[in-house]
Amino acid sequence: MNWTSKHLLGLEGASREEILTILDTAAKFREVLGRQVKKVPTLRGITVVNLFFEASTRTRMSFELAEKRLSADTLSFTAATSSVKKGETLRDTARNIEAMMVDMVVIRHSSAGAPHFLAGHLDASIINAGDGAHEHPTQGLLDLFTMRDRLGELEGRRVTIVGDVLHSRVARSDVWGLTALGAEVTLCGPSTFMPAEVERIGVSVTSDLSEAVRDADVVNVLRIQQERLDGCYLPSLREYSTLFGITRDRVAQMKPDVVIMHPGPINRGVELAPDVADGERSVILDQVTNGVAVRMAVIYLLSRARAAERVEESEILAEVGL
Amino acid sequence: MKRILLKGGHVVDPATGTDERLDLLLAGGRVAARGRDIAADDATEAIDVSGLVVCPGLVDMHVHLREPGREDEETVESGGRAAAHGGVTSVASMPNTTPAVDTPAWVEFVRTRPCDVNVYPVAAITVGREGKVLTEMSELAAAGAVAFSDDGCSVASAHVMRMALAYAGMVGRPVIAHCEDLDLVRGGTMNEGLASTIAGLRPVPAVAEEVMVARDILLARATGGRLHVAHVSTRGSVELVRRAKGDGIAVTCETCPHYVSLTDDDVRSYDTSTRVNPPLRSAADVEALLEGLLDGTIDAVASDHAPHSLEEKQVEFDAAPPGVIGLETLLPVTMTHLVDPGTITLARAIELLSLNPSRILGLPGGTLAEGAPADVTVFDAGGRQRISDDWFLSKSRNSPYVGRTLTGRVRLTVCRGEIVFREVHDASDCDGDALRDKSCERGELPVRA
Repeated sequence: MNWTSKHLLGLEGASREEILTILDTAAKFREVLGRQVKKVPTLRGITVVNLFFEASTRTRMSFELAEKRLSADTLSFTAATSSVKKGETLRDTARNIEAMMVDMVVIRHSSAGAPHFLAGHLDASIINAGDGAHEHPTQGLLDLFTMRDRLGELEGRRVTIVGDVLHSRVARSDVWGLTALGAEVTLCGPSTFMPAEVERIGVSVTSDLSEAVRDADVVNVLRIQQERLDGCYLPSLREYSTLFGITRDRVAQMKPDVVIMHPGPINRGVELAPDVADGERSVILDQVTNGVAVRMAVIYLLSRARAAERVEESEILAEVGL
Repeated sequence: MKRILLKGGHVVDPATGTDERLDLLLAGGRVAARGRDIAADDATEAIDVSGLVVCPGLVDMHVHLREPGREDEETVESGGRAAAHGGVTSVASMPNTTPAVDTPAWVEFVRTRPCDVNVYPVAAITVGREGKVLTEMSELAAAGAVAFSDDGCSVASAHVMRMALAYAGMVGRPVIAHCEDLDLVRGGTMNEGLASTIAGLRPVPAVAEEVMVARDILLARATGGRLHVAHVSTRGSVELVRRAKGDGIAVTCETCPHYVSLTDDDVRSYDTSTRVNPPLRSAADVEALLEGLLDGTIDAVASDHAPHSLEEKQVEFDAAPPGVIGLETLLPVTMTHLVDPGTITLARAIELLSLNPSRILGLPGGTLAEGAPADVTVFDAGGRQRISDDWFLSKSRNSPYVGRTLTGRVRLTVCRGEIVFREVHDASDCDGDALRDKSCERGELPVRA
């Protein structure tokens, strides 16, 4: 299977074959990461800009590392404020980047659709590193990679995602990827954290944690963001923790070989008990390692697709004598 | 003033129950005569309009002309050209300009700017549209304000709205309510539902509109004031208005072409020309609006023409101001999405686009009865046109219909007895770029910004 898309804007609509192409490629790069010299010359001469309009530590570091491991030239730009507040529009920022002959842009933005906007205005490849509550496809892919690493093929596997689904782009990318691979997804959380009509995208929804985790092969625990605590989504962290926190006692009710995941950063003692986060069922640090390999795979596949597109263009131009 | 004889058109005039082939003579700024085989004299320009619909000039009761304040986006004059291009001969201009139209002087200013069509200012309900102090409604009405509205936002205080309805009732003008509870909107930008769940944009629940519709209906009942609900977009709102009308409360309402032709699924493209307020709703809401248009619950279709500059719209979806231009697509979208599929008749469409808004605002037009103002629209009901960026005469381009082909092609617009728009037609197929053949009676093509 060949990867043909120049951009990675989301996992919605991605086929099983496309996702497996990325995961299989990532497996090869993870092997590279285990070597003493953790670097390949694959993307020499390619320039990647990491455009982070929203604070991020691990995703940005993971992308930077992936780019460096592939020998690309990289540049990171972090602006905590939105482009509008800065006075420069995203379009102007984009056009400036374009003028610097950049090949690929990794963007994180608080507005859903900002990566799509860039894709419409730039010739460069765009990778969505998280946009609003829309998608975070590389996180979804690294979650899939980690699950597959532990469980083998995911067809028929049961995955439960617990927490603030409403505001979570990770949950959405996970759902698209998992359903494309044939897994059964259950979303569990307080009713105030469930997006409207979410059951229509092919998942089960419940507010009963015991029921949600009983038969799960994987429990993916979402972060509770402090800024959601305005007293309306949740009465208190204490009540959330009592109802939905993953504790040792909860894990005891799960399948013995259950895989516990978390996209990080963890609020220890809120959504996840410290002894579970650090316990033997947790694969949280594997997720971080795999993240670099998955991002290497994505960057590699997109840059190859973009190069192929350029070859086609130059062939067409040659045909018309230019 | 030249006399104009429109020969052999299909005259549709719901006010007089006319739906037949007739000649129409316009003279002295009035409909002078209607009948079969009216003869033209030398002082009369006879125009063959056979095969075309002749109807009372359209009345768009919800338009933002942006003057004063944002003349880069639209002016009364450029909005008037766009209106004429769309077959609209009367517009009610909303007061949410900078500054707001909240004094008789500003009403006078808007009303007397040069314009090809009739401009009827709507004045603000409260000073500066701040929701606190009532405007001098009696003086505003005397200066020409046809209604009161703080459109763009609701009057948040129920007390202020209650007083506004009572006072406007005394002055004999309707209050046009923009119904939106900002506390429930919470910065949302698209309709809450499956589409927002997938798109990940902050959702606006339907109930944010409906609680305000319910409140304002109850306040209208309590005060006896006349309420007109602007841009109704949800099933719940339609049901509330239907019930209120059944209860004999003085309430009317409008919806807009975009709410019956597009859904929240269209927003998933993140195209900022699908960002409107209220947001595009679900297919089930569209269904309810169609029922409301059919059973008379919804009285009018208005464009909510809201020009925005390219700079303001070429941004992330969340950051874009809400609103689309619509004066020029009002009739084509109504024809394409309501009349062509057989949802409503052509006569009902003219009622919604001309007669009813005219009656709600107490305007002189809306009919082609003898003696009525010579405001007339002539259009080709089956004529198609591809909507492109350079098709518009508005100063702005923020239309969700760019790239689409719509039926219902305006061929002639007459306002106050003068031809304000005319498409010269070469008898060939009306598809595609045939509009390039368009020229105006004034001789030159209007300048395109």
